[in-house]
Amino acid sequence: MSQVQKSMSLANPAPPFTDTIQKIAAAVGGIGLLFMILALSGNGTIQNSTWLFTSLSLIMAGTVIYSWRAYMTLPEGIKNNGVWFSSLASKGLWGWVLGIVLTGFYVVLYWFPQYLGLGGEDAANTGLVAFFDPLSRMLSGNSASQWFVYGTLYTVAILAFGIKFILKYRHNKYQIIRTISVMFFQLGFAFLIPEIMQKLQYPYYSFTNMWPLNYYFFYDWNLNTLLGAGNVGLFMLLFGLAMVFIISPTLTYFYGKRWYCSWVCGCGGLAETAGDPFRHLSDKSLKAWKIERWMIHGVLVFVTLMTVAVIYSYYTGDRNVLITKPIAIGLIVLLGAFVIAIVQVNKKDINLSKDKLSLLISGIVGVIVLLAVIAYFTGSFVIDGGLLRSWYGFAIGSAFSGVVGVGFYPLMGSRVWCRFGCPMAALLGLQQKFFSRFRITTNGGQCISCGNCSTYCEMGIDVRSYAQKGQNIVRASCVGCGICAAVCPRGVLKLENGSVDLQNKTTELKAIHIAEGDVRIL
Amino acid sequence: MHIAIIGNGISGITAARFIRKLSDHKITVISAETDHFFSRTALMYIYMGHMRYEDTKPYEDWFWEKNRIELKRGYVEQIDTKGKKLTFKAGDTLSYDKLILATGSKPNKFGWPGQDLKRVHGLYSYQDLEAMEKYSDGLKRAVVVGGGLIGLEMAEMFHSRHIPVTILVREKSYWNGVMPPEESEMINREIYRHKIDLQLSEELDEIIDNGQGEACAVVTKSGKRIECGFVGLTAGVSPNIKFLADTGIETKRGILVNEHLETSIPDVYAIGDCSEQREPKPGRRSVEAIWYTGRMMGETVAYNICGKSVAYDPGIWFNSAKFLDIEYQVYGDVRANQPEAHKMIYWEHPDGRKSIRIIYDEDQGHIVGFNLMGVRFRHEVCEKWIREKTNIEAVITNLGLANFDPEFYEKHEAEVVNIYNLQSEKKVSLKPERSWNKVFAFLKS
Repeated sequence: MSQVQKSMSLANPAPPFTDTIQKIAAAVGGIGLLFMILALSGNGTIQNSTWLFTSLSLIMAGTVIYSWRAYMTLPEGIKNNGVWFSSLASKGLWGWVLGIVLTGFYVVLYWFPQYLGLGGEDAANTGLVAFFDPLSRMLSGNSASQWFVYGTLYTVAILAFGIKFILKYRHNKYQIIRTISVMFFQLGFAFLIPEIMQKLQYPYYSFTNMWPLNYYFFYDWNLNTLLGAGNVGLFMLLFGLAMVFIISPTLTYFYGKRWYCSWVCGCGGLAETAGDPFRHLSDKSLKAWKIERWMIHGVLVFVTLMTVAVIYSYYTGDRNVLITKPIAIGLIVLLGAFVIAIVQVNKKDINLSKDKLSLLISGIVGVIVLLAVIAYFTGSFVIDGGLLRSWYGFAIGSAFSGVVGVGFYPLMGSRVWCRFGCPMAALLGLQQKFFSRFRITTNGGQCISCGNCSTYCEMGIDVRSYAQKGQNIVRASCVGCGICAAVCPRGVLKLENGSVDLQNKTTELKAIHIAEGDVRIL
Repeated sequence: MHIAIIGNGISGITAARFIRKLSDHKITVISAETDHFFSRTALMYIYMGHMRYEDTKPYEDWFWEKNRIELKRGYVEQIDTKGKKLTFKAGDTLSYDKLILATGSKPNKFGWPGQDLKRVHGLYSYQDLEAMEKYSDGLKRAVVVGGGLIGLEMAEMFHSRHIPVTILVREKSYWNGVMPPEESEMINREIYRHKIDLQLSEELDEIIDNGQGEACAVVTKSGKRIECGFVGLTAGVSPNIKFLADTGIETKRGILVNEHLETSIPDVYAIGDCSEQREPKPGRRSVEAIWYTGRMMGETVAYNICGKSVAYDPGIWFNSAKFLDIEYQVYGDVRANQPEAHKMIYWEHPDGRKSIRIIYDEDQGHIVGFNLMGVRFRHEVCEKWIREKTNIEAVITNLGLANFDPEFYEKHEAEVVNIYNLQSEKKVSLKPERSWNKVFAFLKS
């Protein structure tokens, strides 16, 4: 299967010939990008609002016109022809080039913003950051930062590629509405409102970005800013808490984590739009799933510990968290119980025999007892909250969610961060698995095991393994994007919410076995 | 006990998996096609670039060793049913205690001149896919012969690579031997909409040799000559049983089996496409080359081999397919020409790409079948209605329970009820219930 021409096209199916209009559209978008490159290279003559808006408009227009021609000239329907023949979308040369360029951009953005032209305390912005000053002044009244540049480009990407996605799935109302939702929340709640709040002298605050994704919510500077901003600040603080403890659990109960991950969240928004051409690159192996579970729950534990330490410091004013014997032992036992709970719950999936499982659990209990004994004899010890915080910010907040999260789109699929790193996804996932009405139902015996569902699952869920057994799909990682149901050629999958079978959502109820009751799902 | 299974398709593999679940017997699965089980139905998606070959494997490669299912690559040339021994083309042998034949189908050839030329292939095996790939390079036009499901799949494959393709269909309308006229007409329209050259009432007469043993054109019965570099033969399939000629295993169209899937020779079973039921269940054909019947036979044979006598019963007919961008599902008894006693409700969307056909018995009033284009219905709900001979009015009143379309899709149940009311001059009203909770309650009732 290798004689096929590898193409550079992001639109699937790759058109055999780009028509004149598409060539012009590519040129238009290219010119828009060129302006940014000129600005970055320090060209002073284009540093004004006209050039900025022209540049952004050209990029948007180029992308939209190109994809309009790619999709609207074809009958509506699934557009996956040639996906694995595309160099860009199947880890070919162009995929690697894009991956390296994106990763490089993020490294500069996070750690070397001066190269983008970020000014110092006294110095004005230059280069690309200065290029965005006019828009930033218009919205927030301040000059731009590298984050403003990033936020603008991010929003433009979600809008432009969101329109592309809608054209691609114009036959599917769920996809259309969902995409409009992520575009709306990105433009309004993640981009415009926080900027405008600043202009109105209120703190920068994104209503849709909640803890633990927003890991700095409980940081002293954030709490101080909110508490120092009068009633509005107090409202923001309370709203943030309500999101974590009331709004999110309620919505997740009713609709699963999709209400956030594929309808509201900005990270999800980018993955669903700009990341869509790479969704099939997620690893579907059992091994990847095992790694995923340890990593994502590890990050959740990390962010929880860090936040506890940060809040402790906030109240005591001490950077270090002093842990006395009872608290230490309590924490160790709690953590151990949590690990055992995870093992217990996942024991079916991790495929351990009973003996091995008992061995594993007694091992964990042993470690807990040992640690507790050590804690008892060594007296109190300290956790350096500041150190935890800076490591979390560097390793998870920047390196994982940003650099790897988007930079690796063309190599590991569009949901690398959401799948392996996001503590929010971990938290919502735990709830989705145990206390949510959401599941994907399968349609009796219609599955033909073709594998389209698994291939196009951006979260790397082997959907087929459930569908071919006629088993409903309840997975912590499922973000409910609905693409599995869309690409299924036999109408087998449906995203559904229901409360009647909350505790046994995966129990078989299917017509596919000839002798029901005799054979367990394996 | 050693169980040898010839064929690693869905039937053979399902048999192996269930035997493993039920027993500790030694299992060997033999295939000349590929090392591992893959989904045959997904071959088209490999060619179209939707998936890679490895994506079509339903089980990862470690699965077989972990479940102690031995895989052997080889072509069985001789079966000694007395000595219980298989002889492979390479000369080696394998002894067995019980043998399962799951050798699938081969594309039909009806004695057309040139049918065995190079560049002439069906679409069944991995090797067929390789051939299509090989001959696609520089291909100017392909001709596909046959108006069934695989024919259109093959046409869609070439079309996806922007290779012009002509479909020759003997009948006046696509698949009209199976589909009622409106649905058949809908498929015609869908093919034209994709700008594929569908030629109805055209039958293959001859495939022309270019002088080097390769096909270069076809000539139809009406005398039309179409230049082409590939000919796809997709006029149905028949059981792949030629290699059984001297074994004494009784065959007709396929390998004859009783309801326990036993052949005429003790300890030899046959399942899937290659088998033929001596006494098929009512509403069922004796040879059914369908994915799920293979799966069901695989499970059934496992029970019978592992000491639990279970009769093969595929239940109420169902099937599904996709005609380019139109999905198709069928439940129950739907025929191209309905018998007198069957009455029906037919609704079609104004855009001509969706339809719901509900068939019921005029005298008794009970539901008989559903034929759906571009609309998804829930298998279990339809099956329960049909099995329980539910009255048509109870069915259409609760039609929302059957809907399986994604959220936010247009609902068409009210229009179906309207048509029924107009036809019968009654005033049935639709219940709005369609949630999972209601479906669950209904299925449990």
